[in-house]
Amino acid sequence: MIWKTLMCVTGSESPVVVVLSESMEPGFARGDILFLSMSKDPIRVGEIVVYNVDDRPIPIVHRVIKVHERKDTGEVDVLTKGDNNSEDDISLYAPGQRWLQRKHIIGRAVGFLPHVGWATIIMTEKPLIKYILIGALGLLVITSKD
Amino acid sequence: MHSFGYRANALLTFAITILALMCAMASVSDNFNSQSPTSEVQVLNINWFQKKPDGDDEVSLTLNISSNLESLFTWNTKQVFVFLAAEYGTPKNALNQVSLWDGIIPSKEHAKFWIHTTNKYRFIDQGSNLRGRKFNLTLHWHVMPKTGKMFADKIVMSGFRLPDAYR
Repeated sequence: MIWKTLMCVTGSESPVVVVLSESMEPGFARGDILFLSMSKDPIRVGEIVVYNVDDRPIPIVHRVIKVHERKDTGEVDVLTKGDNNSEDDISLYAPGQRWLQRKHIIGRAVGFLPHVGWATIIMTEKPLIKYILIGALGLLVITSKD
Repeated sequence: MHSFGYRANALLTFAITILALMCAMASVSDNFNSQSPTSEVQVLNINWFQKKPDGDDEVSLTLNISSNLESLFTWNTKQVFVFLAAEYGTPKNALNQVSLWDGIIPSKEHAKFWIHTTNKYRFIDQGSNLRGRKFNLTLHWHVMPKTGKMFADKIVMSGFRLPDAYR
């Protein structure tokens, strides 16, 4: 319920994401949570955007370093780069793809909370912990008295 | 009603709510900061200016960037990400923004700086529209907090122009 409300309010498919890599350090570290929003405003250089590459399941959070906006259609070509990376993201895009378009971008980062997302990372990378947690919760449910 | 489980749950919920409230207040306190950043950029030299084999123009510049961003820092600031972008229009593109240089300012002590550098990122056009092109150099900054809302703003410095011929 809260998730759906957040989706409506921010206009983004994925209003909260966890930072998974060190490519935006020292600004964002692994385990930080980002709040996203997706307004109709045009994409501009410097914004931190979250985008999907075709066929890749995990979205990437990087900064826009180049924008080319067409006069006739208003379409944009965008190039991104992680603050902590030495190269831009061309190698992360689909083969032959040189630019991102608006359709690839699912949100802009507008705020953040440090460290709160660590639980998600631990549970994804060490599934054993997830099972133990679910097992313990299940036990609690069964044994509680009301 | 007063079992350990219930008490632990109530305590945890309360603690998390207070923590979230403190983060929100920290973020709101950033709004009371009045900002007065300054900046100046000079193009010292056009190192070279050519059309690449694929037909796009490229230019290499040496820049002198000086700036004072001390007023952007608050107690809730983790770092300020600063970058310089060249902005111009062409017949086909209403707006082009190309980041030429960026840096991270980790603390207020480093926020007053002066650097002399060639462009860190390549200044390449989509097409061959750069000869004689007028452009702005805009210093953008992005204040990244320890917790909460991020702020971004910029200073536009106009009046720059690329040479009429390749060199």
